[in-house]
Amino acid sequence: MAIMVGRETKVIVQGITGHQGQFHTKSMKEFGTKVVGGVTPGKGGSAVEGVPVFETVHEAVEQTGANSSCIFVPARFAKDAVFEAVNAGLGLVVVITEHIPFLDAMEFVNYAKLRETTVIGPNCPGVTSPEFGKIGIMPSKMFAKGDVGVISRSGTLTYEIVNALTEAGIGQTTCVGIGGDPIIGSNFVEVLSRFEKDRKTKRLVMVGEIGGTAEEEAAEYIREHVSKPVFAYIAGRSAPQGKRMGHAGAIISRGRGTAESKIKALEAAGVVVAQLPTDIPGLMLGK
Amino acid sequence: MAARPVDEVRNLKLFEYRAKQLMGKYGIPVPRGAVARTPGEILSVDYPVAVKAQVLVGGRGKAGGIKFADNLEDAKSRAGEILAMNIKGERVKSVLLEERLEVARELYLSYVIDRSSRSVLLMASGDGGVEIENVPQERIAMVPVPPFGYSPFISKILKTAFGLNDDQSKQVDALARNLYGMFISEDCELAEINPLVLTAGGQIIAADSKVTINDDALFRHPEFSEDMDDLTPLEQRAKQEDIAFVQLDGNIGVIANGAGLTMATLDILTINGGRAGVFLDLGGTDDPKKVTRALALMKDAGPGVIFLNIFGGITKCDTVAMGVREAVQTIGIDIPIVARIRGVNDDIAREILKEIGIESSTDLIEAARKAVKAAVK
Repeated sequence: MAIMVGRETKVIVQGITGHQGQFHTKSMKEFGTKVVGGVTPGKGGSAVEGVPVFETVHEAVEQTGANSSCIFVPARFAKDAVFEAVNAGLGLVVVITEHIPFLDAMEFVNYAKLRETTVIGPNCPGVTSPEFGKIGIMPSKMFAKGDVGVISRSGTLTYEIVNALTEAGIGQTTCVGIGGDPIIGSNFVEVLSRFEKDRKTKRLVMVGEIGGTAEEEAAEYIREHVSKPVFAYIAGRSAPQGKRMGHAGAIISRGRGTAESKIKALEAAGVVVAQLPTDIPGLMLGK
Repeated sequence: MAARPVDEVRNLKLFEYRAKQLMGKYGIPVPRGAVARTPGEILSVDYPVAVKAQVLVGGRGKAGGIKFADNLEDAKSRAGEILAMNIKGERVKSVLLEERLEVARELYLSYVIDRSSRSVLLMASGDGGVEIENVPQERIAMVPVPPFGYSPFISKILKTAFGLNDDQSKQVDALARNLYGMFISEDCELAEINPLVLTAGGQIIAADSKVTINDDALFRHPEFSEDMDDLTPLEQRAKQEDIAFVQLDGNIGVIANGAGLTMATLDILTINGGRAGVFLDLGGTDDPKKVTRALALMKDAGPGVIFLNIFGGITKCDTVAMGVREAVQTIGIDIPIVARIRGVNDDIAREILKEIGIESSTDLIEAARKAVKAAVK
């Protein structure tokens, strides 16, 4: 198996007629993903890459039986697009759009929780299960089937690491880019718990960044609940340090949030932390 | 120029006087005051007054940026002194003249976007007036505000945290409710009152305030465009181009796509003995013109070498290469470029770069070493 994207996944693309929507619809299809429909208001009845375009998500779901959505809608309309997807009862909504206001993200993340919809992102590269398909914008070429689950806060850095894994002969069950924004639908802990339950996933790779305390919270969770070996890289050891979001941000962190604090917390939880992103495959192979 | 942490590229900090104007608009009691850019602008105020430097850096009180005056002449000369100051690298451009409050107690109140609880977090403490980082955790009440909005139970928590009587509690309830209203309506990332003063006369007043606005929501708030003038010209340009721009103290100019990859690039350069000078994060783009403008920006920042590290996804490698070609051919980039290209359409990108004499590598570590070497020359 894999997590989030599996055999049953049927995707609609919201914002399918835009530049990004078209390009990545093609790419998702070529990767083997079942893209069954698209939604762009005003363009219903047309088609993109052989995929029918609908006026509303509800209509698309009714006609195609879709259970997942990939959102490319521009930031200022993204909240409404996620609301619509959640309202239509989709199980998984992947929000690629970046620069969504935090308060908008907070609203749709809360609404999704209420309706038990899983949201990935915003500002994320999406979810890829090499055996079954991909939802989002990750480059297709770099994946290989295998037993490693990847969770990352970063987009391009995920590509870097997955590419290095594949080149070293280490394949993946699922790669999840959870997004780099302060407010995201699914955090490390929520994705870790899914990978822990997934029988096919044997090892985990976690890619974090400085700022916030998500990695420290993940470390606490790993110590208590994760039995599978975890390998990690934290970006930003040499980034300039400063106070985040004034004094209030600093107290939430209380000395947490730096690369040192994250690495220390992860190592204390038994996680192997790499110095460079490209070191991860070597560490997994015990080199 | 001070380096900004990556996160702060994405918010807009308001000067104290602007934050207070905003709070006043939402019915939050603030001291009476007036702003001046020159001593000559000071006409009449009710004395005694505090003369406060309007800067965005912290610790202005300790740096001598707050003085007191008892009459007009006094106020003009104090203002003149402060307007000539440079506080932690930031030039003082204006002062706020404000009525002096008779302080009975100093409290702390803020709302902030909280990643962990995915909500707006209220923080309150009876120990205001000092740096809140120095207040023990158990002396700070933290309440994630329900997603449906401010609710009266919050005022009960504030009453206990602040140790207030019924009349004071009523004032604080109204203030906390209004501040929350402002936070949501104005798309704040932080709204902080420190100190929140309880005066000898029993009034609750926001004596100092910090407000930052979420950049990504500025499309809903065109009125804040005038508040962006605190940026350096290069920062301002970067902001207009939607490029994250951070100035450091080394001589390698890094252009990458995505915050994570940009930070990892810095880590790799540092481990290999190099030092990044400027870094530009292109983010996700399919516009070659944005890449061209990023290179123009980099040219003006003037590093010793440009290290272009791209892993293409939503930002396709050929888009970046076309932007680089355009920059080299039209603007003329006289700084050596070391390129490392991987991901979507990287083969096309390598061809384009080859045409203009840039050899690109696929290996990150190898390219980073090359950039470090070029920077030493």
